Amino acid sequence: MRAEGEKKVLGTTWKMALVVPLMFAFVFVVMVPLYNLLCEVTGLNGKTQGQYTAEAAGSVDESRSIMVRFVATNNEGMSWEFHPTTELLRVHPGAENDTTFFARNPTAAAMTAQAVPSIVPSSAAAYFHKTECFCFNQQHLSAGEAVDMPLRFIVDKDLPASIRTITLSYTLFDITPTPTADKATVAALN
Amino acid sequence: MRSRVIQLATLALASLMLLAGGAMAEEATKSAGFWLNMPEGVTAVSRDVYALHMKIVWICGLIGILVFGVMFYAMIAHRKSLGVKPATFHESTLVEILWTVVPFIILIYMAFPATKTLIAHYDDSEPDIDILVTGYQWKWKYEYLNDSGEKVSFFSNLRTPNDEIHNESPKGEHYLLEVDEPLVVPVGKKVRFLITANDVIHSWWVPAIAVKKDAIPGFVNESWTRIEKEGVYRGQCAELCGKNHGFMPIVVNAVSEDEFNAWMAKKQQAAAEIRALMDQELPMEDLMARGEQVYNTSCAMCHGGAGEGTGIAPALKGSKLATGAISDHLAIVVNGKPGTAMAAYGSQFNELDIAAVVTYERNSWGNNMGDLLQPIDVANAKKGQ
Amino acid sequence: MGEHHGPAKGLSRWLFTTNHKDIGTLYLWFSFAMFILGGAFAMIIRAELFQPGMQLIEPDFFNQMTTMHGLVMVFGAIMPAFVGLANWMIPMMIGAPDMALPRMNNWSFWILPFAFLILASTLFMEGGAPNFGWTFYAPLSTTYAPPSVNYFIFAVHIMGASSIMGSINIIATIVNLRAPGMTYMKMPLFVWTWFITAFLLVAVMPVLAGCVTMMLMDINFGTSFFSAAGGGDPVLFQHVFWFFGHPEVYIIILPAFGVISEVIPTFSRKPLFGYASMVYATAAIAFLSFVVWAHHMFTVGMPIAGELYFMYATMLIAVPTGVKVFNWITTMFKGAITFETPMLFAIAFVILFTLGGFTGLMLSLAPVDFQYHDSYFVVAHFHYVMVAGAIFGMSAGVYYWLPKWTGRMYNETMAKAHFWIGFIGFNVTFFPQHFAGLAGMPRRIPDYALQFADLNMMSSIGAFTYGFSQILFLFIVIQTIRNGKPVSDPKVWEGANGLEWTLPTPAPYHTFATPPTIK
Repeated sequence: MRAEGEKKVLGTTWKMALVVPLMFAFVFVVMVPLYNLLCEVTGLNGKTQGQYTAEAAGSVDESRSIMVRFVATNNEGMSWEFHPTTELLRVHPGAENDTTFFARNPTAAAMTAQAVPSIVPSSAAAYFHKTECFCFNQQHLSAGEAVDMPLRFIVDKDLPASIRTITLSYTLFDITPTPTADKATVAALN
Repeated sequence: MRSRVIQLATLALASLMLLAGGAMAEEATKSAGFWLNMPEGVTAVSRDVYALHMKIVWICGLIGILVFGVMFYAMIAHRKSLGVKPATFHESTLVEILWTVVPFIILIYMAFPATKTLIAHYDDSEPDIDILVTGYQWKWKYEYLNDSGEKVSFFSNLRTPNDEIHNESPKGEHYLLEVDEPLVVPVGKKVRFLITANDVIHSWWVPAIAVKKDAIPGFVNESWTRIEKEGVYRGQCAELCGKNHGFMPIVVNAVSEDEFNAWMAKKQQAAAEIRALMDQELPMEDLMARGEQVYNTSCAMCHGGAGEGTGIAPALKGSKLATGAISDHLAIVVNGKPGTAMAAYGSQFNELDIAAVVTYERNSWGNNMGDLLQPIDVANAKKGQ
Repeated sequence: MGEHHGPAKGLSRWLFTTNHKDIGTLYLWFSFAMFILGGAFAMIIRAELFQPGMQLIEPDFFNQMTTMHGLVMVFGAIMPAFVGLANWMIPMMIGAPDMALPRMNNWSFWILPFAFLILASTLFMEGGAPNFGWTFYAPLSTTYAPPSVNYFIFAVHIMGASSIMGSINIIATIVNLRAPGMTYMKMPLFVWTWFITAFLLVAVMPVLAGCVTMMLMDINFGTSFFSAAGGGDPVLFQHVFWFFGHPEVYIIILPAFGVISEVIPTFSRKPLFGYASMVYATAAIAFLSFVVWAHHMFTVGMPIAGELYFMYATMLIAVPTGVKVFNWITTMFKGAITFETPMLFAIAFVILFTLGGFTGLMLSLAPVDFQYHDSYFVVAHFHYVMVAGAIFGMSAGVYYWLPKWTGRMYNETMAKAHFWIGFIGFNVTFFPQHFAGLAGMPRRIPDYALQFADLNMMSSIGAFTYGFSQILFLFIVIQTIRNGKPVSDPKVWEGANGLEWTLPTPAPYHTFATPPTIK
């Protein structure tokens, strides 16, 4: 009788104890990827999608034009000069557009930077396709070096008619002193 | 029988007092500005929000009177000291279903206006002006995006002097809610705020226009307003962002469109003038005067009003940095010091201000280096020459 | 397992005890010590806020105080206090001889003091204690944190382990050690609420552990879960934290619901109204707590669909919560009520918790929350729920069961004084904060604009009063243990019902060695 009772107690205990690592793992293997997926689908935080490969050259919607505004911000401790070479671009949905961002490392040491994109309104994020972006890679600049970084994008023809202006913002982070960022998470972002 | 009458009278009195309390709070709110209640505000959205707020207050108030009324009635009428015998009932399916369903209906009734207001809040299409708002530890930066010509952007710092905060002089009317340079917007125009942050999460909150949006480093949030009434509207950072979270107010100055255009023209002209100054040789006095201004708004908080240093940042008075090689001094100001509170001011100040503040730091509080920097030196140094 | 022997003597009794009553006592005293410590932090906060201007402390130390106050009160005072009650009462209420896992019980208590020793020691470290709020949002708590953050993370891990062990123990006890005839739907409501709370704890404490582990990795091992620079996202932190944090607030309040559901029937001399609906409502609240977390983050810029979903789901919580309040009031209705101290606390609980529920409903409306969020309105709201809810519930429970524990009656006059001073002090403290928040005062600021001065002074006076009332509480409890009037009636209270009241008073060291039979 007593032994049987103890067995039952142990059974409950192990079942409950099993929940603990499961919930712990849940955070890492479910919540984080799920959140990233949600971001990608809904444009949460204005996060943009990764590299876009254009299907067979689509037609261009000449009937409307979208104003695309570029904004560059330096995060704290980032001393690079960083700005869009063109601040405003009027584009047709479906057309491929080119622009560049200028960056210069004014310091006396080589530095590495990561640009993080964000789109406003966030409902436009899913319709903004980057075929090439400097934000896909880290940027290494030696002391005093300057570079024009390319950005090529297509605004989707399915962009809701209510959206007439898209603001694309890049925040530049200094990632030099810390160990290289986890490549997988960078990939997840892009 | 008599005790019954007294009970009912007490109950009626209690409900009356609750109602009177509510009415008095409203009255006090009207007469004393808005210090007891949410401000009604000066935009269509803020009025909707206020109306929703008052509606839910009254609904809760009425439910409260009803529920507590029954409770107090029981507490008065069903006391053991009155010799009552306790009943034994302990369930009633009908009553239980009823008080599940009725609150549900009230909630649905509340959900409609709330949804409508939220959708209005989210309708950020077709703005007339875009302003990029960036939260810094511990100040706000405003950048007007829609104008042509010179770019207009500036920091908005707390203006309340340290001695008011430390109770050494009487506090002014707008203590802690005043800035050196307010955000200026025209009334009647749809102004869209693109909100981000430079370091940690901040939150941009101005109650009178019912805008509160988190400023998140790396990401841009948006919100908008269309202010209907000219005036000065004050707010504060609403997300804990470190030491001086309580000391980064927001002041919005809503002016007529003409006034706004004039202000914008003046700001653009000033920006052009600063650009012109960049290439000039400035005399020591000008640099010192400008440097003092810059120091007091941006450096004194951590380095102390007289360069004596605080717990956060070292003294500059007599320091190795401010009395050593000028190029090292400049490099620290421009590039910051990683791992400390010293930010890279190269991206926050223009060349003129950097030249001025370095000059000031080297020639004040007993530091007497006699050397100075010109804006062009800073520009060259930034280019790595 | 020895036969009926009494407790060991001296310190080793407490160090090595596996007796549920001893461990319950340890938990209760520990939580009271933490309550005083967290209260001391609160007094420092309110002293600084007594007048506008910086008087006593520096802004950074102020932030350390708000952070430590929150952490100590939530994890050190309220949660262990209810675990203490659970340890004492659950075996006695279900007719079990002890907890199911007595040795683990000893462990889950004794690691707790170390967690708080580590946490408190951060106050003396270089760079100071955690200063990023008890919600520790990244990146303020990662990239910008003081070095003590690693100790904070370690402490949180230990607290989590303690809570998880405690909860598993409670579940194992309730599932396996109920006396014959004690079916689930016959269990006292306190047991039920704790049963559900324990499941919540087992589910979400590992989430908190995961959350702080991610922080630890970001800070020390170069990952970027919460840093945009490496492809992470600071908002992810808030989602993970509140996925833990929202169930956590129900973890805190549900056991208090249980206590109130025991006290009100006793002093109304009438069975609890709607027992079954109470159980279902508790389960519904627990379930809903997992799907409403983002209502804490309406201002982070979620898509409108997200805002609407979290708004509607949150509003729903009002339904089961309402059911509970209606049930308590109907229990009182047509009873024969007396107003002993536990009942006073229970009645105050119902009123003040309902007020906190009203403001909760207000906060659930997303567009209006844009005004309330992170203002003193929120501070007022959650103190109505945490203090007038959890702490008042706890006080009711202590006065209710103290005679059973000690065999002595507390001094009713002094206890009533404790109640009234505390009740008035509490309301003077927190009621004005609603208005300060509505008028635009953000939370967690060490200094404020002049229009908030009167309200803050009131608040501070109330806080000192409330703080004093708790010293009185300590005095009353000690005085009861030492010189209280002896009670020997097993029932203690005329209207009391339940297995614990069939035991002798004071409850012997070992109870229900042979299980009672419930008809």
